[in-house]
Amino acid sequence: MAAKVEAGRLPREGSPWTGLWAVVTKEMADYLTGIRMLILEVLIVLTAAGTVFMAAETLRTTVGQDRFLFLRLFTAQRDPLPAFIGFLAFLVPLIAIALTFDTVNGEFNRRTLSRVLAQPIYRDALLFGKFLAGFFTLTLVLTAIWLLVFGMGLVRLGVPPGGEEVARSLLFLLATIFYGGVWLALALLFSVRFRQPATAALASIAVWLFFTVFWGMIAQGLSQLLVPIRYGLVQEVLAQNQVAMTLSRLSPITLYTEVTMALLYPSLRAFGLVGVLLQLQEGVILGAPLPLSQSLLLAWPQFTGLVAVTVLLFAVSYILFQRQEIRA
Amino acid sequence: MDAPVIQTQELTKRYGNFVAVDRLNLVVEPGEVFGLLGPNGSGKTTTILMLLGLTEPTSGTVWVMGLDPARQPLSVKSRVGYIPDQVGFYDDLTARENLIYIAKLNGIPRAEAYRRIDDALERMGLTEVADRPVGTYSRGMRQRLGVAEVLIKRPALIIMDEPTLGLDPEAAREFLNTIRDLKAQGITVLVASHLLHQVQAVCDRVGLFHRGRMVLEGTVEELARRVLGGGYRVHVEATGPQAAILEALRCLPDATKAETTGPEKYMVEGRRDLRGEAARAVVEAGGSLRALQLEEPSLDDVYARYFQEVEYGREG
Repeated sequence: MAAKVEAGRLPREGSPWTGLWAVVTKEMADYLTGIRMLILEVLIVLTAAGTVFMAAETLRTTVGQDRFLFLRLFTAQRDPLPAFIGFLAFLVPLIAIALTFDTVNGEFNRRTLSRVLAQPIYRDALLFGKFLAGFFTLTLVLTAIWLLVFGMGLVRLGVPPGGEEVARSLLFLLATIFYGGVWLALALLFSVRFRQPATAALASIAVWLFFTVFWGMIAQGLSQLLVPIRYGLVQEVLAQNQVAMTLSRLSPITLYTEVTMALLYPSLRAFGLVGVLLQLQEGVILGAPLPLSQSLLLAWPQFTGLVAVTVLLFAVSYILFQRQEIRA
Repeated sequence: MDAPVIQTQELTKRYGNFVAVDRLNLVVEPGEVFGLLGPNGSGKTTTILMLLGLTEPTSGTVWVMGLDPARQPLSVKSRVGYIPDQVGFYDDLTARENLIYIAKLNGIPRAEAYRRIDDALERMGLTEVADRPVGTYSRGMRQRLGVAEVLIKRPALIIMDEPTLGLDPEAAREFLNTIRDLKAQGITVLVASHLLHQVQAVCDRVGLFHRGRMVLEGTVEELARRVLGGGYRVHVEATGPQAAILEALRCLPDATKAETTGPEKYMVEGRRDLRGEAARAVVEAGGSLRALQLEEPSLDDVYARYFQEVEYGREG
């Protein structure tokens, strides 16, 4: 704060977080009692129950053969349903976007913003409070689902989870929350930028669609352009694959997928084609699980990447919001 | 506490090349109702936002109760109540829930907050509907809820932006009475409005805004005298010899102008109230008096006349 003192000017009084918890509790109460939230909860609980039930049915036949049986609950799939993590990668962004796309511009349109900002709080508290409320709501929902999955696993499989399984799946939960945080911050940014909630929602969904559907293809295409295979050498294939992977990691979806892979498949040693070759070269036996610390190390860059994107997006919306004229 | 509640010096706000507020010098004394009047886009709302520290001035200084709103916004905003133009509430929450949120934002302890909320709702006559969602409220009720909201923080100054806009005449009159009540409690009130005729009735002093500048300031009577010249207009309705009556009216002492405004209708402008003299003059000229009325100086007239002159002045 002292650094803010300019020559001849007093620093701003008080904490920027005055009133933060009032905002958080009010917004959370809104989220948790809203119809929108109810719809999303029903949707996600149904998919969670469905996928995990199917997974458990598959796993019942292999109980005892797998050290990480509980992790399989999240990853096993049985037609016609995809695996639980697939659903999460798809649904979490939607929940996050639905939570915040109208949070700031909605206040504009209801003409409550100037009234709220005329109270003795800073804008910081309002924006951060809204983000935190979304974040806590997301945490609450995802934790509930996680517990549901674990509970169903206990009932259907009939074996208790090991300590490492619990640790790994808890870290997976944390990663999922931050993955949601990225989309939360994105929708918040758009809700600051666009006056119409519908525009903000569409823009958020467009970004989500872009990364879900198109970015993979674009990364592939770009890598073929940038690193063309001229002679068909292994090095060329590897180099191209490396570029494609780097590009696709610009997408939060790729980051999240890689984190979950590292955490939920303990035997995974590296990502992509390179990883597979590396393992063959070193003569490492596929399937021997890594200790948790090593899996975590593998996922660490992606995990920090997710957190960084969240922080970055929030920072941009923060700057936009501070500069915005609040008159309607 | 005799220091001015609001004091600005050469306060200026620019948006790019557009000057929203131009070198404003405004002083509002404690306990008065001050009207910030002028058409839309003349800089009233921008001035208010600067008073609350919601917008930073480009240059000049603002003091609200001795505090700088840009540097000490929390202290200023905890003592100033602001009712924005078309005040909005969370429609799906009840009035009481809306007020509880505001009380929390003000950091008022719970028990005290509940007491103040009950008190404020009671005073604004909203106790019966306090637990209904605000979405079901009429425009007038919302406006009253706006007052109830600012009363929670026990403000020394209340700023209202277009408080009577969109209210039906009855609700507007009630609301103006509310402003009088606030004044009676010693609260200073700043009202911004373009509905001059409604607001002039409650204002002790007014400032007329035009294109970002406060061009006139004073009591309504002062402004009327200054701009409308004579200031006092008497409308006379009388039957009898027209020419003689008109001549008699014109010859009254202190009369500046007399004219016919219709069949058997006359108007006298004077430097003081000429009703008595006019009545006698009509009778002495052989007419019979039917009606006699002193025209209240109207801010609308002041405004229209003033800017007519300004425009003429510019062209000439």
